[in-house]
Amino acid sequence: MEIVNKLLDKSALSALIERLSKSGKEVYAPVKENGITDFAKVDTIDKIDFDCITTIQSAKSLVFPRVENILSYKKTSEDIVVKNVDITAFPEVVALGTRPCDAAGFIPLDAIFCTDNADEIFNARLKKLTVISISCKKADEYCFCTSVNGNPGNTTGSDILFTEISDSTYFAEIVSEKGKAILDTNTDLFKDTAAIDKTPHLAEVKQEFTAEAINEKLNTLFESDIWDKQSMRCVGCGACAYVCPACGCFDIQDENKGNKGIRHRCWDSCGFGLFTLHTSGHNPREKQSQRWRQRIFHKFSYQPVQQKQFGCVGCGRCSRACPADMNIAEHLKEIAVN
Amino acid sequence: MENKNIYVPYKMKIEKVTEEAPFVKTFRLKFMNDEDAEKFDFRTGQFGEYSVYGEGESTFCIASAPTRKGYIECTFREAGRVTKALANLGEDDIIGFRGPYGNIFPIDEWKGKNLLFIAGGIALPPMRSVIWNCLDLRENFKDVTILYGARSVADLVYKHELKEWEERPDVKLVTTVDPGGETPEWNGKVGFVPTVLSEIAPSSENTIAIVCGPPIMIKYTFPVLEKLGFTDENIFTTLENRMKCGFGKCGRCNVGKVFVCKDGPVFTLKQMKELPAEY
Repeated sequence: MEIVNKLLDKSALSALIERLSKSGKEVYAPVKENGITDFAKVDTIDKIDFDCITTIQSAKSLVFPRVENILSYKKTSEDIVVKNVDITAFPEVVALGTRPCDAAGFIPLDAIFCTDNADEIFNARLKKLTVISISCKKADEYCFCTSVNGNPGNTTGSDILFTEISDSTYFAEIVSEKGKAILDTNTDLFKDTAAIDKTPHLAEVKQEFTAEAINEKLNTLFESDIWDKQSMRCVGCGACAYVCPACGCFDIQDENKGNKGIRHRCWDSCGFGLFTLHTSGHNPREKQSQRWRQRIFHKFSYQPVQQKQFGCVGCGRCSRACPADMNIAEHLKEIAVN
Repeated sequence: MENKNIYVPYKMKIEKVTEEAPFVKTFRLKFMNDEDAEKFDFRTGQFGEYSVYGEGESTFCIASAPTRKGYIECTFREAGRVTKALANLGEDDIIGFRGPYGNIFPIDEWKGKNLLFIAGGIALPPMRSVIWNCLDLRENFKDVTILYGARSVADLVYKHELKEWEERPDVKLVTTVDPGGETPEWNGKVGFVPTVLSEIAPSSENTIAIVCGPPIMIKYTFPVLEKLGFTDENIFTTLENRMKCGFGKCGRCNVGKVFVCKDGPVFTLKQMKELPAEY
């Protein structure tokens, strides 16, 4: 669909949020609580933190919850009844105030869950999600979207992208049919405009390398001491994977209570030693450096082959969350110039 | 409504339990729903996720041959949480099964060739499916040799079938146990699988080798095969990385550009050499 350009007053945004919420949609937006900004359910504009560079957690849990049921079961003396997940009961969700990197993160996730065997549960959530992003006017030292094919005003993955062009006005780009549906039911809130050059209103994020360069370098870097060197301080906590908008690895576990229970899937990480441990005790990736290498190779070498997508959007969350202060952008730059 | 939730297993009833070796059992499983049984189809080399509700899922190959209709079999060793729970079940108990997943042994391409099966310990089950598949289509292949070794006589699985293969004139069976694992009555060989393989030195001429065993056995068997003149394209194995989903999403069996679950588990040595050694 060709992008439709509109203007939206900030006061109209307030009305839009209330209308979406009243229409039965669940609206999630960055909310600051106890000094931490994360996505939370809102029904008015008041609580939204528009100033944060990124939330601590990405928006991926809206389509790939940290823990979610994949089935439930009940045992009787001679039978086991398995109940499917009711995907029709999933709510319509609007993610509001995602950053362009968050929105771009839905693309590699979609590729993981929908290549070959489409994952019905993930698909159902994605189908019911509308992404209304806001361009970045600020960036920090961890941001590197421009080095991985993104930018602070990128529309990829968003249904609508707002860019603040004055204290009172957003430039709105209606990107997809889902975005158009929201425009069509709220036309009174939007004003017509010609296309606007967003550049003066966007944060500057210097391009330090390219994803393609990393991809090429990795062809000859599997056996390199760079992995030991870079991961020396990695404690294997997996925080990087948990906050990553593009990490889709998961575990499947049963939770039993008496004669019934649920089977759930939950986030997992290639950074954990148990991730690949065989029952026999053999572990194909027994050292942390091998697991760090897997993380980089998966995102920049394997995913482009398996799913035609890079697995990194340059949000910098992993670096912000790392308790050992590993900076992925610095490490990637080192790989690119190696 | 058709069930498209790819995580929901088929419901299977345990029809028969066979004790194979200490802590090793074979289950014969039947579909409880006739429609499932009708629709279900698999080919040799494929695997599944077997579940005990409340404990979780475990990954094993389908150990029976697709030529044996109406049921599937799996053989497992009690080792972790799920396999311990499985071992506590008996005939008529219900388990879940998801599958079949993965690629296959290309037995159609092996027509007119000699087959050399080499298995160690609990790795005979994945091999048993392809062995029976080939023996059920015996006229398609020339000489069939099976070399099977285990730690001790007690650890040999499928003892009744080993006897059957031993008695067949159209199969050459060589069994061996590790030094110290023999009993006074043992009339097979004593020695590690790679050593016995060099001893019996089968010809590589027009022959496909299928190798399955613990990583250490595989590691020392490949060089012997190479010495015997087998090319990398003619050596097959099946990898057993840790898995959860079985269809290339959960991420844990990812090795290089492949998922063992989706692009494997069957690989030729040539394909394995193109992968990082993370299996």
